[in-house]
Amino acid sequence: MNGDQAMRAHSATLPAPTFADPAFVTPPPLSTATVAIVTSAALHTPDDTAFAGGDAGFRFIDRNRRDLILGHWSPNFDRAAIAIDLNVVYPIDRLEELAAQGVIGRVAPRHVSFAGNQPDDVATIRLDTGPTAAAALRADGVDVVILTPV
Amino acid sequence: MSVLAHVFEAAGIATVVLSSVREMALNVAPPRALHCEFPLGRPLGKPRDVPFQIEVLRHAFALLDARSGPVLVDFPEVIETDSEPVACSLPPRFDATVHPAVDEARGLRRAYDRARERRGVTSVGRVVDADGVPAAIAVFAAIADGAEWKSAGIPGGNTTAVCHDIRTYYEEAALELVNGPLPGPRALEDWFFEQTEAGTTVLQARAAIRDSGAKAPAWFYMTPAQRP
Repeated sequence: MNGDQAMRAHSATLPAPTFADPAFVTPPPLSTATVAIVTSAALHTPDDTAFAGGDAGFRFIDRNRRDLILGHWSPNFDRAAIAIDLNVVYPIDRLEELAAQGVIGRVAPRHVSFAGNQPDDVATIRLDTGPTAAAALRADGVDVVILTPV
Repeated sequence: MSVLAHVFEAAGIATVVLSSVREMALNVAPPRALHCEFPLGRPLGKPRDVPFQIEVLRHAFALLDARSGPVLVDFPEVIETDSEPVACSLPPRFDATVHPAVDEARGLRRAYDRARERRGVTSVGRVVDADGVPAAIAVFAAIADGAEWKSAGIPGGNTTAVCHDIRTYYEEAALELVNGPLPGPRALEDWFFEQTEAGTTVLQARAAIRDSGAKAPAWFYMTPAQRP
């Protein structure tokens, strides 16, 4: 069993929170929608606060920043990929291209990064930091979020 | 990610998750998930492959046409984790008065500096910067040789953070030195732990800390879980 197979097998055993009556939003047409990225790679800019172990907070990433640090604490994924190409985790340049082509309406002015290694109950991101980040993006006019896991 | 999808959807934002663990997407049931059986750490699949990344995004955005959920769709291409070994030069022995891993780390400094200059950023720096990497390796070499780990002077007192700094220093430097195609998934992890003196030293120090009876958080996360 290689490292990815072992991690997938382990992750499949983690507690799965349930959501009663989950929301399902119908977005505007993609060609008019404002799109943001939410990643769990614990990316942050050098001038922002680093992610602590077990950090349930989030960091905003300005649309124009590419100088991003990988702050994730897990050793159990291909950590070098992001140094090869930021877009393989955080596809900001792809969104810019799709906006220029008119496939999506706009790229959001800021994006959001969480840390993927959360406490098992995920209570803070579910009840506190997650809703705070979501409200901020909605206030920015974001219609669609694509979530990229690490 | 699937939990956050529910949270963002509740705030009025339509979401699509690029799922990496299918069982989790099934169990948490986010409104829309595109399961991508790609190497972990590469949710868009292939670095520097713009058409492939665009294809992933197009498949993801297509799920926005659904009028009810949850929707879970598999991306049609699977990318295996197994990689070819990287061909990456290591510096020759230069200073025989220091541990081979310390000598090696010093020898990689120029490559690391080129990498940092090219990217404009580095992920080294949790507890030591590039200047501190050789000394941090020396601490692990001492632990591997029998020094008591609690008093060995581990920078920041955090084995996980130091190991991230050491490994990241090596992997960023290696990207300036590899010959041939881009490193595949986990190929640089394999190179670090299986071909470098520093990787060997970290593994030996980890084993020494573990065998001393230390609790798992002190040593387990120094390397990927599957490492001996």
